[in-house]
This record gives sequence, structure tokens and C-alpha cells, in this order.
Amino acid sequence: MGENSRQVPETVERFLDSTLESVDNAEELAVGAARRAGFDDDDLMRIGMAVRESMVNAVVHGNRYNANKKVRLSVAKSPERFTVRIADEGEGFAYDHIPDPLAPENIMRTSGRGIFLIRSFMDEFQVRRLKPGGTEVTLVKYMVSK
Amino acid sequence: MSIKLDVRQVGDVAVVDVAGRIILGEGSSALRDSLRDMVSKGQKKILLNLGEVSYIDSSGIGELVSGFTSVTNNGGQLKLLSLTKRVKDLLQITKLYTVFDVHESEASAVRSFS
Repeated sequence: MGENSRQVPETVERFLDSTLESVDNAEELAVGAARRAGFDDDDLMRIGMAVRESMVNAVVHGNRYNANKKVRLSVAKSPERFTVRIADEGEGFAYDHIPDPLAPENIMRTSGRGIFLIRSFMDEFQVRRLKPGGTEVTLVKYMVSK
Repeated sequence: MSIKLDVRQVGDVAVVDVAGRIILGEGSSALRDSLRDMVSKGQKKILLNLGEVSYIDSSGIGELVSGFTSVTNNGGQLKLLSLTKRVKDLLQITKLYTVFDVHESEASAVRSFS
């Protein structure tokens, strides 16, 4: 692992098109970095899904597939934390007003579970409004006891 | 490969063998189209075999819920077969596991349709 670790930059940054193909690419990039960081298969699935859901939010709800808008993806690792940041150029999303998907009245809804899954799978999840526009989410998985 | 769907008839039950990833885009829309097609043709008993499904995202979960609701509203039954551990875990944390009638064996699943 030592040799691989030296070959992998501490931070990777990409500017991606607002397409579903970018969702796949971001997931692949983040999971690859997480694998090299030493996460097991279960955590790789969790990280991959959290990145996928965040990218879908950025591409679909944030940038609304606008070809003139990009999604910024950065993946960073430190001895303690594996951090993924995803930022869109959209008009913002009311993360605080998402109905609880586990509430009985919402169980059979066909959407609205993405943020819940991200929170379930990552150790930290933060949302930040960007100026002049856009939303950045930060996903963190702790690397303790690996 | 995103998703592969094969429908076969076992008695009066349509068994849908699903393989791949049920994710936003081709995967979830293919599942939606397949279920709509079966419902429109009057198929009342549908068994989704998810044994070869490696991955479902929130969109895919939404399609399962949508399919279940659609089939049920048309007087039919939609059941699930052979969940992988990851899919089972996902349905459990979203509290959907108890909504669906989930089976391990195809024979018992087919027999369970009323």
C-alpha cells in the first residue's frame, strides 16, 4: 500500500459536465481513491452511493443538466479523514426542508431518499451555499481503526 | 452494463430476472417501462428476481416503490425474490423491507401468490 499511496495525490479535483455520465465518472473516481485509501468493500459501497446521490443532486436538481454549468468534484484524504466535496452552480436547494423519508406518510413516496442515504452512509455531511450561486456538499468518512 | 431484464412466465406468475444496476437513467427507466408494460397487459402477479442486482440507488428504490404501488392499484401483487445483502440492507434502512413481500426461494414465492 505504501507505494500506491505515494502515487496517489492527496487531493484530486475535477470539473465535470452536468450529465449522468459525470455521475458515473465521479463515483468511479471517488471509489478508486477510497479503495487506495484502504476502505473495505462495504465502506466503498457506502462512499460510492453517497457520491452518486450527491452528484445526481448537483447535476439534476442543481445545474438542471445545463451544459454551461459545471460540477466541481474534489477528493482528499488525510490520515484521519476521507473527504469528498461536490459543488454545483445551481440556484440552491432547501436541504433543511426535505420531508423525513422514514415518516409513515412518506414511506411510499417515490423520491426524497437521496439525502437520507448520504447521511446514513457518511460520518459527516455538510451543505454550504456558494456565492454568487451554487451549493457545495462535503462528505466525510473517518479513517479511524482501518 | 447498467441493467438487464428478462421476463419469463411460471404458471400465471411473471418472473422478471433483473441483473445489473438499478440507477437513475437507463436502469431505473428500463425497470419502469417493463413494469408498466406488464401492468398494461393485465399481468397481476409479478415476481422481481433481484438476485443479480449489484446496486440500487435512491432512484431505483423509487422505481421499486412506484412499481409496487402501480401493480397494487391495478389489483395485482408485486413481490421480491433473492435480495442481495446490500439491497436488503438498503430496504431495511429505508424501512421498505416490511412493505414488500420478500422471498428467498422462487418456488415458495410463486406458490405465495393468491
